[in-house]
Amino acid sequence: MATAAEVPAEQAVHKHTISVLLENKFGALNRVAGMFSAKGYNLESITVGPTEDATVSRMTLVTKGDDAIIEQIIKQLNKLIDTLKVVDLTYESYMERELALIKVGTTPENRSEIMQIAEIFQGKIIDISHKTMTVEATGSGQKVDAIIKMLKPFHIKEIARTGRVALKREFVGEA
Amino acid sequence: MTQQTPSSPQRPMTGAEIFVRSLIAEHVDVVFGYPGGAVIGIYDALHDISDIKHILTRHEQGAVHAAEGYAKASGKCGVALVTSGPGATNTVTGIADAYMDSIPIVVFTGQVALKLIGNDAFQEADIVGITRPITKHNYLVRDVNELAATIKEAFYVATTGRPGPVLVDLPKDVMATKTIFSYPKTVKMRSYIPHAEGNQKQLDKAVALIAKAKRPVLYVGGGTILSNAAEELTAFARKTNIPVTTTLHGLGAFPETDELSMGMLGMHGTWYSNTAVNYCDLLIAVGARFDDRVTGKTDAFAPEAKKIHIDIDPSNISKNVKVDVPIVGDVKKVLQQLLPQVTALDTKDWRQTIRNWKEEHPLRYRNGKFIRMQHVISAVSEATKGNAVMVSDVGQHQMWMAQFFRYVHPRTHLTSGGLGTMGFSLPAAMGAAFARKDMPVISISGDGGFQMNLQELATIREHNVPVKIIILNNGYLGMVRQWQELFWRKRYSHVEMFGPDYVKLAEAYGIPGFRATTTDQVEDVVKQMLATDGPVLVEFKTVKEDNVYPMIPAGQTYHEIIDIPNDSSAPVNGEQESDLELVTIAKG
Repeated sequence: MATAAEVPAEQAVHKHTISVLLENKFGALNRVAGMFSAKGYNLESITVGPTEDATVSRMTLVTKGDDAIIEQIIKQLNKLIDTLKVVDLTYESYMERELALIKVGTTPENRSEIMQIAEIFQGKIIDISHKTMTVEATGSGQKVDAIIKMLKPFHIKEIARTGRVALKREFVGEA
Repeated sequence: MTQQTPSSPQRPMTGAEIFVRSLIAEHVDVVFGYPGGAVIGIYDALHDISDIKHILTRHEQGAVHAAEGYAKASGKCGVALVTSGPGATNTVTGIADAYMDSIPIVVFTGQVALKLIGNDAFQEADIVGITRPITKHNYLVRDVNELAATIKEAFYVATTGRPGPVLVDLPKDVMATKTIFSYPKTVKMRSYIPHAEGNQKQLDKAVALIAKAKRPVLYVGGGTILSNAAEELTAFARKTNIPVTTTLHGLGAFPETDELSMGMLGMHGTWYSNTAVNYCDLLIAVGARFDDRVTGKTDAFAPEAKKIHIDIDPSNISKNVKVDVPIVGDVKKVLQQLLPQVTALDTKDWRQTIRNWKEEHPLRYRNGKFIRMQHVISAVSEATKGNAVMVSDVGQHQMWMAQFFRYVHPRTHLTSGGLGTMGFSLPAAMGAAFARKDMPVISISGDGGFQMNLQELATIREHNVPVKIIILNNGYLGMVRQWQELFWRKRYSHVEMFGPDYVKLAEAYGIPGFRATTTDQVEDVVKQMLATDGPVLVEFKTVKEDNVYPMIPAGQTYHEIIDIPNDSSAPVNGEQESDLELVTIAKG
């Protein structure tokens, strides 16, 4: 087995965040997702939604691969007839957000502790019942991972989590 | 035909009428199709139209292969029209075939009415979903007001850039709805702008590499023919003195009568073309995609060579083999750009080396009393002098047709290369015959492939399509048998095959048929076939066991090349070893 250090840089597998602008047409998501499965590429998450222009959708993809695979993914995305623009954000400065809804089983004793954790992560309590509370968390994937980890000891009942959305930063350093 | 065209363009028309008028606007002269419930309105609109010839095939797969054959032989877009459900699903193999081989066709499928979609309606299939990964693009027309623009776009996408199949799904109610017809003159697609010209910086790098080359090879693929660049390629090779090898789909891009020609390369390519590629110091890939049947083990392919790659599809660049100078562009345009910038190279020694290789290792087969497929193909090549559109099926005869026919014109070699679709030849040849009246169209199949689409004999007879049909009958799925012999310990599992009496079959369809059973009949029967007007079927009963050589086993390197055995290890098919004659042919 080769250790990570022995793998040439271009063959090292990295996570990439790719932003795709597409014609907002019937089946666009299917075309992209279908291309990934047909070509056997990894697809960790895919989100799609409208943009400021109603005729255009933005898709944000998180995928993994070495340089050659990522190059092919970008070419194959460009090859789709409805694709307007593909940007690999990985080498740019970019903002990314994920959102998670985390339903936690509660007791009268641990409610305040859960609320504190939510507060530390700038999360919100958006639903409460006698036995549950639901926390809304947004942030980078890492941040969402972290709050989930912190809430784990409290018996997480359900999680709904989005994929990543991302945009390139205009001025490096500004939030 | 007084009522066939409306007097005023402002009269509202049904989607079906708009469809027909749009095809006329695209100068479609022949449509291969099959009616059914969902397209009955379209067929009604076609009924009175004399500008478009509709050919009723006997199976929808035949319609798509015919459209492919028409497109490949003519350079125009092929068109097929079928009904929904099973009509649509029967087109899938043909569409996948066209996708793999970059053939411009537009397939129109009927669909159930919009409000029934998703209802498991009678003859409903999600053909847009099914064909998404095997079309260049596809459409479901949801509004009759978008119909004309969608058809315009479909033809544009199919024929530009890297060509390919486009499917347009036509719901029955949309086709019955009326609107004013207006066919767009141009296509504007902000998301699809094919590259044409090569980048000047890349061209400069290529010119510099070419100027330094001592042992260059041009590796020419089907993209050269698709972009109608055979003339430019030939001029380029002759100006620079660079020897040429072609892929299966590149056959015909460069005349194989030219001294610079080395025939086909790859798994069953000539010994000398593969040898030249192995030792070359510059490989110029022109409209070729480094397919696994060409490269074998990719990191041992042309190991000493700098590589230039001209291709219209950026995703082909560095997909299989890393290249030094990629040039994205249309082959014709790029060669036109390169031509004035290159000068004659001194390749005299290199060409002499190749000439010696040709003499040492020509293409060979062992002929005897009974018929060899290679002999039949050589006889057709001699009799036509390369002036024939040759359409092969898939298997051993396909490789021999690539090897032993001497191609001199582009668009004279039609085959299913990428998908390897058995049953391609007969319907594709039929389609080609509608496009080409200047030379005979010859379909060559094995007995296995022929039996996959022989229903088109009826279509051929009905329209008296002048296809010369050759069946090379060895009673085996020969290529699979060859692999079983060489790599699976001669366990011939389910490859021996019964077939009908093909001459009687031809007669049953009203097509003249005859048969040759011994080698001495081959030349005469070929002449007789070519002299017969209209369709004709000839069965050659060939020896049962013979192998295609040379062969580089799948995934291996040039060094594992197997040439024809010189000893009695080759099958003799019941004849005496001493009676066999070694026949040799070298291209170029």
